[in-house]
Amino acid sequence: MNMETVLKTNHIVKYFHEPETFKVLDDINLNVNRGEFLTITGKSGCGKSTLLYILSTMDTLYEGELEIAGQKLTGKSQNELARFRNKHLGFVFQFHYLLPEFTALQNVMIPGLKLGRYTKDEVEYRAIEKLKLLEMDKFAVKKANKLSGGQQQRVAIARALINDPDIIMGDEPTGNLDKKNTHNVFAIFKNLSLSHKQTIIAVTHDPEFAENSDRVIEMSDGQIIAP
Amino acid sequence: MALKLDINIAKTHLFSRKRQTIIASLGVTFGIAMFIVMISFMTGVDHLLEETTLTATPHIRIYKDVEAASKTILDDVNKNHFNVVHHIKPHGEQLNLKNGLNIAMLIEKDPAVMGVSPQLTSQVFYNFGPTQLGGSISGVNILSEDKLYGIRKKIKSGSLEALLSSNDGIIMGKGLADKLNVKTGDRVQITTPRGNTMQVRIVGTFKFGIGTIDNMRSYANISTVQTILQRDTRYITDIHVKLKDMDRAPEFAAQYAQQFGYKAEDWQTANATILISFTIRKVLTYVVVTTLLIVAGFGIYNIMNMTIYDKMKDIAILKATGFETINIIRVFIFQALFIGIMGGLLGLLIGFLISLALSNTPFDGGEFLSVDTFPVNMQVKYYIFGMMFGVISTLLAGYFPARKASKIDPVNILRG
Repeated sequence: MNMETVLKTNHIVKYFHEPETFKVLDDINLNVNRGEFLTITGKSGCGKSTLLYILSTMDTLYEGELEIAGQKLTGKSQNELARFRNKHLGFVFQFHYLLPEFTALQNVMIPGLKLGRYTKDEVEYRAIEKLKLLEMDKFAVKKANKLSGGQQQRVAIARALINDPDIIMGDEPTGNLDKKNTHNVFAIFKNLSLSHKQTIIAVTHDPEFAENSDRVIEMSDGQIIAP
Repeated sequence: MALKLDINIAKTHLFSRKRQTIIASLGVTFGIAMFIVMISFMTGVDHLLEETTLTATPHIRIYKDVEAASKTILDDVNKNHFNVVHHIKPHGEQLNLKNGLNIAMLIEKDPAVMGVSPQLTSQVFYNFGPTQLGGSISGVNILSEDKLYGIRKKIKSGSLEALLSSNDGIIMGKGLADKLNVKTGDRVQITTPRGNTMQVRIVGTFKFGIGTIDNMRSYANISTVQTILQRDTRYITDIHVKLKDMDRAPEFAAQYAQQFGYKAEDWQTANATILISFTIRKVLTYVVVTTLLIVAGFGIYNIMNMTIYDKMKDIAILKATGFETINIIRVFIFQALFIGIMGGLLGLLIGFLISLALSNTPFDGGEFLSVDTFPVNMQVKYYIFGMMFGVISTLLAGYFPARKASKIDPVNILRG
């Protein structure tokens, strides 16, 4: 198996300054391979979500270096990072975070339209395919704020997949899902990593979800303790 | 493609939250409507007062000033002595302008001059039955006078032409005619300070809307007044001049005084106290309007700020999924533009309707002002300015918070 590195961190350190200065992440060195299904676990407050936001380039206030798909991202401008996220990263938030006034379909389509790789009709077709994958196609024309928490989360996962990103990141991506849908999402992630060589990085509290992934990283007090 | 997407997002924001869009637009509407009404009304009042005060005032009046005799014959005889003479009487000077008609013709040739009206004025008593009222009579060429003061529009009965074709006709101030209880066609007797009397016929009445004129003055032909005063046909006491640009009056007055050797008084000097009150009122208008605009501007800024603050999470999501600063700014600029234009147009309409209603509201100006309704000055430039102010302030109020929001890390918004 070709072990190409897709994500690499170099001595990442992060402080919180409110209410008082506190070291959240302490010297994180991480290598993630292309096609790897990685989960990050740990007690709440250990810094795993903070790490994930740094990896997703949505947090730029840290020390150390971040490299994804061969590009050094540390120090890049907001606009460059936005373009990079659009093309290379898919993100599933803990609290689903859809645009409330848009339909499920529009929410999935917007990053695709922004990228502009496909025409509008193609983006729409692909968006419906992704929604089908998550069994959300029948809610396609429903406004996002009319969907339940679990439904919103599944739409958010479909959105993360729309541009066929190199890495899909999820902060508790199955946190609001029932057992059946959790299994479905897990199967989708597994399939993406195996057959499409897309990398999955997910923060989770679900031991079963973590156990079945390729690699589990455990964090405590801002440090990686295992493996 | 990207622009279309940004506009579509903006549209969805605007139309899925109609209530908020409407409220934000109404914020703009209110500010602009208030601005339109206030500026139209305040400048309307200014113009009315300025007009009524200045319509009957010449820009420059050339006349012969009575000078107190400062020298006596003793000073010529005893040159090296200190002479004291009590109770020196003024000379029996004639108040006429020599060559007055020629001077008037000369002035009229200047292209900067709008009109010239040579005239002679005298104090007279008007007698009708037992009533005797003091007043004045102005002998004028009524057509020149009309060119200067627009008398034709102020005629309440009779006509200018009736005066032209009459030897003993006068056009009397409406207030004076009412006091004497006479009307067009009646005859009154006038008495000059020297005791001459003459029967004249009223061929018309006028009303300037200024009590001191309407209750005192009559117009007659120059020849009529010359006859009453028993003067020759070249006897002229005043030359009234109106310029195309009234602000140049002092400069022309000085020139005339030097050129003709008579006193030339500009309207600013003649109306110094009124001029000060104009200036103060103008300053007041600007202060009120500026305050209004500042308040409206802050209102618009607050509303736009809230609209964008409400959308912080959306901004973070858009950024997280790949939207750049320019996209975010465009989304909100488009919304601001829409709110500014809709609110602005509605504001202009409401401002116009209120101004219109105000200009039709009955208002009794009393003796001194000839108005029936509130004075409102409707000018296209105020509407253009109001619209521009509304749109530009909304744009800025949308731009700055959007730019700020688009520059922070999405995580700071998402993690609260």
